[in-house]
Amino acid sequence: MTGTYARKNFRKRLTMSNGCVTPDGRLSDRALMLLKLLKERGKLTDTDIAELTQRPLFQVRSSLRELTNAGFLKQDGNYYLLTEKAEEAILQT
Amino acid sequence: MEEVKVTGIPRIGDIAPSFEAQTTMGPIKFPDDFKGQWVVLFSHPADFTPVCTTEFIGFAQLNAEFQKRNVQLIGLSIDNIYSHIAWVMNIKEKTGVEIPFPIIADVDGKIAQLFGMLHPGESSTVTVRAVFVIDPNAKIRAIIYYPLSAGRNTREILRLVDALQTADKHQVATPANWVPVPQTWEFTEENTKVIVPPPTSYEDAVKRLQEGYECIDWYLCKKKLS
Repeated sequence: MTGTYARKNFRKRLTMSNGCVTPDGRLSDRALMLLKLLKERGKLTDTDIAELTQRPLFQVRSSLRELTNAGFLKQDGNYYLLTEKAEEAILQT
Repeated sequence: MEEVKVTGIPRIGDIAPSFEAQTTMGPIKFPDDFKGQWVVLFSHPADFTPVCTTEFIGFAQLNAEFQKRNVQLIGLSIDNIYSHIAWVMNIKEKTGVEIPFPIIADVDGKIAQLFGMLHPGESSTVTVRAVFVIDPNAKIRAIIYYPLSAGRNTREILRLVDALQTADKHQVATPANWVPVPQTWEFTEENTKVIVPPPTSYEDAVKRLQEGYECIDWYLCKKKLS
């Protein structure tokens, strides 16, 4: 029982470990950089962000998905915008 | 994109199976994260093995060429993420080559099974050297299988991408040994060397570097055949 619980938690940590939001809700440096870029530009598409940050498109899409699911971003067609939660997170840095 | 259920090994013309995975460059969702791009998904038997290391160096050296063609390379093996990271760091430390594409940590082998990368006659525990060339519509356009003992020709995989993209663009077919422009690539003396089977004990690994082979590290030593 304990072993199964430990394995599940290990898997959860592993899944989250390279992402934008840590299991305790903190944002990684990469995520904060992305949010600040959106704050500066207003709204951007995934390809805009890949071009501006020089990061691979798949990696940008993965980050955008994670940040959207965590409530930091919302979508308007192909564009990504900050939510109030993201504005607050930026203010706290 | 629509979830794809696969009941057998995917074949040319099939839509590639969907999956989510942990990679050396973060989590990925296929095909969603690769929409509009070509993907070359390739498996290797294991990290810290000699033939795979030479292949990864080969793919890394051609990554810019793949990128020019809107192709994203993705590696895969049944190893965990920490092994992948240690191996990538080891390649950088020993050869100066940075691996600029993600490597999937398919710990439970689920993606390998989905794509038919496990061939029990060759090995039931590690993936063979499979290559899936997938187009921007997630359709499998070419499949290559190599056994564990023979390293792939990364230039041939680039040539294959060129051939597929040229066929799409101009509605033509390409003949044997076709190339888009006369190639300046040549095979050198280095290409004639073979790999010495890696040691399988700590004691032998320590000895290996003193045995007179050309070694990049204890697990990757080459020699010329006499």
